[in-house]
Amino acid sequence: MAGTVTQSALPAPFQDYGLDEAYDEMVAPDGTPRPHYEHLYQALRELPASEFRRRQQISDLSFLHQGITFTVYGRTEGTERIFPNDLLPRIITNEEWSHIEKGLAQRITALNLFLKDLYHEGRILNDGVVPRELVYSCKHFRRQMRGLYVRKDAYVTVAGTDLIRTPSGEFVVLEDNLRVPSGVSYMLVSRQVMKRIFPDLFRQCGVQGIEHYSQALLATLRALAPQGCAEPTIVLLTPGVYNSAYFEHAFLARQMGIELVEGRDLVAHDNFIYMRTTEGLRRVDVIYRRIDDDFIDPLAFRQDSSLGAPGLFNAYRAGNVSLANALGTGVADDKAVYAYVPAIIKYYLNEDPVLNNVETFQMSDAAERNRVLDHLEQYVVKAVGESGGYGMLIGPQSTAAERDEFRRRVEADPRNYIAQPTIMLSRAPCIIDGKVQPRHVDLRPYILFGEKITVVPGGLTRVALKKGSLVVNSSQGGGSKDTWVLH
Amino acid sequence: MLSRVAESLYWMSRYLERAEHTARVIRVQLNLMLERETEDDDRHWKRMLKSLAVEMTDVKEGEAHAVANSLIHSTASRSSIISCIMAARENSRQVREQISSEMWEQLNRMFIEVKRADANEVSDVDDFLQAIKEGTHLFQGITDSTMTHGEGWQFIQAGRSLERAAALSTLLGVHFREFYGTDAEPEPLEWMGLLRSCTAFEAYCKAYTADLRPDRIAEFLMLSPSFPHSIRFSADALETALKQVGAEVSSRRSARVERIAGRMQATLAFGQIDEIMSGGLHAYLETVLRQCSQAHSALYQTYITYPIEAALQAS
Repeated sequence: MAGTVTQSALPAPFQDYGLDEAYDEMVAPDGTPRPHYEHLYQALRELPASEFRRRQQISDLSFLHQGITFTVYGRTEGTERIFPNDLLPRIITNEEWSHIEKGLAQRITALNLFLKDLYHEGRILNDGVVPRELVYSCKHFRRQMRGLYVRKDAYVTVAGTDLIRTPSGEFVVLEDNLRVPSGVSYMLVSRQVMKRIFPDLFRQCGVQGIEHYSQALLATLRALAPQGCAEPTIVLLTPGVYNSAYFEHAFLARQMGIELVEGRDLVAHDNFIYMRTTEGLRRVDVIYRRIDDDFIDPLAFRQDSSLGAPGLFNAYRAGNVSLANALGTGVADDKAVYAYVPAIIKYYLNEDPVLNNVETFQMSDAAERNRVLDHLEQYVVKAVGESGGYGMLIGPQSTAAERDEFRRRVEADPRNYIAQPTIMLSRAPCIIDGKVQPRHVDLRPYILFGEKITVVPGGLTRVALKKGSLVVNSSQGGGSKDTWVLH
Repeated sequence: MLSRVAESLYWMSRYLERAEHTARVIRVQLNLMLERETEDDDRHWKRMLKSLAVEMTDVKEGEAHAVANSLIHSTASRSSIISCIMAARENSRQVREQISSEMWEQLNRMFIEVKRADANEVSDVDDFLQAIKEGTHLFQGITDSTMTHGEGWQFIQAGRSLERAAALSTLLGVHFREFYGTDAEPEPLEWMGLLRSCTAFEAYCKAYTADLRPDRIAEFLMLSPSFPHSIRFSADALETALKQVGAEVSSRRSARVERIAGRMQATLAFGQIDEIMSGGLHAYLETVLRQCSQAHSALYQTYITYPIEAALQAS
């Protein structure tokens, strides 16, 4: 990333902390710390380097011993890895947070209305606000969901929306994750660890709590119980121990006190779902499923899936079991549909979006495609149905060969790609090799939609640990840090 | 409790018990080697492998030592200590949310240690084996003091007791076949080794003095109601655990598995050592082993792999 790097006049240990064109979370353009970072800034100045190393070790060990790992696909050895956690918190003011919270609530409300409309009357398509062919050609559109009544119209119950901060300091939405968003356990665990490592700083800053997330999630799921079911049996459905987010599934199930089940534990009989227990079969009412649509029921979707439960979809259609999230929500987080979210908000709520989108170009549009392909080195190109940083080209950091490869792919299947201008993510201080260095970060808050909308103050701040890198995904060498929203 | 969870807890416990037992037996054997004639090495190692019920169809002359060595850290052998620890950890990973964080952390720590040892070639075997023993003891203590003593805990107890009863029967069978009733009277060293393999030497001496007599050793290791590494004690514990599980699930289906465990317990509780010795020790131990395997199958049919139709009728 070539840019103007001003040599910082900051005192130790900030010698390596030069500012550039990206927004810096800690330091204002004039080189002074922002007021809400003052406590952290002082603490960093006073702590000797040896103390950082010691605390980093405590943190690392605590993650290692708790077995907090994720799985990297596509490699044979060492697939189970520790999730790197950076020591320094990312701090957000109460004011900034209120704005974010308002924007996220607006967005999830509109997206749920959109999904209900899509799978029923399709008004928004008839009115030509969102192109019909865009929706029907979406990989995650599920025709099986047409006309199916979803309990409380809560299609997306749990969402994780990725926000980034532009050089002007504005928070914008990079993408929505409306299928099975993960990462919330890292948010909860890294908070526990941080409270142990920086107790004084934590108190001085005055940080809003996030520990009520599990209770809020449980209440949200309980609200989805089928009609007439007062004490629902709620379970978390996991693909199993080899899934990249298995740690999180187990963690959440334990925090909520519900059973963690796999597809093989579930039995469908007469349009009801049961789980196999030592006492015999027990009825299941609400399933927080962490399995993708495709794999959830081999009778309705992919026949080769051994992860799901045969017959689950029929029980769902009969209204005897509720799923969170509903099936088919992926159509609303398709990266090509994403471009229409501001219009969707306007259409259903008659409001302007509180949080803006990143400008997005549809590769299916010939004019836009040609403009992007001519200057591929300036854009980020993404496959619309992928997540986790897979299937993505970052123009400014790519080689000519990679660009040629992507050009071929885009031309072969334009509907499958979108492009966005490369945005400098904001930077936050991190401890790298015992020194304070800036790294690019994003923010993924978690939104719950049930009886009411809950957004826990904070979220997962993901860090691109490689110097200058703009990719924060854990599968691509990213880490995380705790996010402190102040009172 | 989910059937799958019960299954994982049960196997986690069995594998850990197996790892500890193997570590103890190898450690005693290594210690005995120091005082034995070297030309008999191969015979001793072979006997040890047999007493651990390790398949050894293709052990060549003079290589038994190597086979035994691989029992410590070969991932290729499913009976090796490292494989048992890995299997226990894998089972506990499947049910992380059911066990306490402390249990998971201890088991994960053991796993990290054995993996590290595997990478660097164990420099001090004795230390390594001792660490396995201590690690499993620690895990047991943590389990008892941090986990609810409910259904899941009872499956852990059932797994350990069943594994221990079966392992002791095999160990005793092999030793008595070789050293009892044959012309060659064995040295007291061998009997001490047997007792030590069951951590029973000191306890035996307290009960019978240091006078090592085969029938008393057999009585102690088979029928002692109060020594934790006796078959009788394990059968008692197995029966108690299964009864508790039955009480928790309040299902009539549990009758069969409880009956099998009860019969095994009763056989041992009312057993007389002189009758057993005259009626054939081996036949008796064979019966115990058969009952162990019956208890295992009954537990599976009752709680884990029952047919859906049967469960629907019952509910």
